[in-house]
Amino acid sequence: MLQIDSEACIGCGVCESTCTFGAIKVEGGVAVVGDSCTLCGSCVDVCEVGALSIKREEKATQGNLGDWSGVWVYAECRHGRIAPVALELLGAGRKLAEKRGVALSAVLLGSKLNGMAEELVAYGADKVFVVDDPALASFTDDAYGNALSALAKKHKPEIILAGATAIGRSFIPRVATTLATGLTADCTNLEIRDEDGVLLQTRPAFGGNIMATIVCPHTRPQISTVRPLVMKPLARDAGRKGEIIAANLDSNSLTPRVTVLDSVVEDLDRVNLSEADIVVAGGRGLENEKGFAMIRELADVLGGAVAASRAAVDSGWIPYPHQVGQTGKTVAPKIYIACGISGAIQHLVGMQSADTIIAINRDADAPIFDVATYGIVGDVFEIVPKLIEKFKERKSA
Amino acid sequence: MKIIVCVKQVPDAKDVRLDPKTNTLSREGVQAIMNPYDRHALEEAVRLKEQHGGTVTVVSMGPPQAEEMLREAVSCGADEAVLVSDRAFAGADTWATTYTLSQAIKKIDDFDLILCGKQAIDGDTAQVGPGLAERLDIPFVAYVRKINDCTANTIRAERLMDDGYDLLEVPLPALFTVVKEINEPRIPSLKGKMKAKKIDITKMTAVDIEADPEQLGLKGSTTQVVRVFSPELKGERAMLAGTPSEQVAQLYEKLSPLL
Repeated sequence: MLQIDSEACIGCGVCESTCTFGAIKVEGGVAVVGDSCTLCGSCVDVCEVGALSIKREEKATQGNLGDWSGVWVYAECRHGRIAPVALELLGAGRKLAEKRGVALSAVLLGSKLNGMAEELVAYGADKVFVVDDPALASFTDDAYGNALSALAKKHKPEIILAGATAIGRSFIPRVATTLATGLTADCTNLEIRDEDGVLLQTRPAFGGNIMATIVCPHTRPQISTVRPLVMKPLARDAGRKGEIIAANLDSNSLTPRVTVLDSVVEDLDRVNLSEADIVVAGGRGLENEKGFAMIRELADVLGGAVAASRAAVDSGWIPYPHQVGQTGKTVAPKIYIACGISGAIQHLVGMQSADTIIAINRDADAPIFDVATYGIVGDVFEIVPKLIEKFKERKSA
Repeated sequence: MKIIVCVKQVPDAKDVRLDPKTNTLSREGVQAIMNPYDRHALEEAVRLKEQHGGTVTVVSMGPPQAEEMLREAVSCGADEAVLVSDRAFAGADTWATTYTLSQAIKKIDDFDLILCGKQAIDGDTAQVGPGLAERLDIPFVAYVRKINDCTANTIRAERLMDDGYDLLEVPLPALFTVVKEINEPRIPSLKGKMKAKKIDITKMTAVDIEADPEQLGLKGSTTQVVRVFSPELKGERAMLAGTPSEQVAQLYEKLSPLL
């Protein structure tokens, strides 16, 4: 409940102008709250006389949180390959586990997983729980959700991390609901709070316009999905020792209601965007589909992949799998060349961790320059062809 | 076929900023819109109804002004609209939201299919769809980009994955979240607008849905926001000057060692 101290309130109206939901109004010199209040707290923060407060009735703590111990990483694999984000999460999980003084475990679900558990140990896992079952050959929310939930109920980890991939974002919410605990999606930073060991989960919201740090204080495990390419994997060490545990689960629980009839890998590009070292991206400034031919050519010359802003994808110049940003892919290449991209925050959140960012844009005030290592204010149709020429010369030299 | 579509009214996210002085969300002048992904869910439901017969019911949990968005949904082809609204729901995270919606949906007639957008553009969590499916104990498929086939008992659909797509067969009732590739939403018809004006929107409160107060709103939430801040941008902004040829030459010098 939002509480208003009518004695303290001076009726200045700052709260009214701050509230997005139109939930607070000054009536007769005093602020009055209406039904639309979402308890976002904006008004509390702006009130200069401290007349507003939110009475937080918190959820009761569920059981003894101390019974839950250890950091888990869901090690996604698909089509016989460990997802790169799984190794990144072992790197991030290692730090969290050391700070908490607990073990780091990986959970591997699938079929014919030979050699993968050893690989996860080499990348930092102390333990690997393996469920190798034909029912897990294809990803289904039912079977994967039931398997991970069952393991978590039995072994009680305090933290579970998973990649914010199509698979992770699909079935992890189900696991959180089954375990009656909180989940923070698409995190870009994870830390342990010194005072109480709680996991601080930071993620973008509102299309990347703001960052929010979220905790899950009263229930365990604390579950996060983490954006790919944000965390760093440890160096592979084949000499690392770890325990590999074959977990037996009730096979009924692994029978999915959904049947996967076919699983098609689409050859979207010669180079996989998320894993490319060089990415050349185009935006609205390319004006049309033909503009992308130029982008492809530069990418080809540099041996890179082609990406696009949402504006270019929405205009139908290039298909969605090339989209980089909050609602597309995240990339972190060595070099990112943004051509004719203004740099809406929704795009920046998908590429700002690239090592070197080049921005080419007509508008000197375009926000893309705020993340650029090097910027060129100019016409992409003039600059890019010259650049292609230069690198062609280099290649033939 | 009875279809329920979950819709959310959201602030138009591209306009939301953090006020650097007060560190609060300044959403002044920001319009409240129907979550864009939910529009695609609604469109798909209306198309399924047109092909196979049945009804489309839109459900929203939100403040009283979400009624306006529900009327818009009716103008785009929904038959019934339900607004689940109560002060007790304020501050709900996705856990408390899925509880509230599941309680409300249990009060609505039987259904064959629930459609949701893949995520809402304000929170971007993509958790309500799967969480709701789990609470209702029905099969769930995320990122549906195409519904190929639909019978009384099953649906064949394509699920967008990071490296391609999966073709799935799903027994009904089930819950899907959809991506925008699935269709192009229609604009309201005149007939639809007339209907939207007149329709009685069903209102449900916490009492109506027989909710456990402990599970609602801020109190029922498992997560808490402890801090909000603006993202940091770390560009060095070295601007390359000169004629286009000179600019390109400088850039070439900078990039060559990195290749």
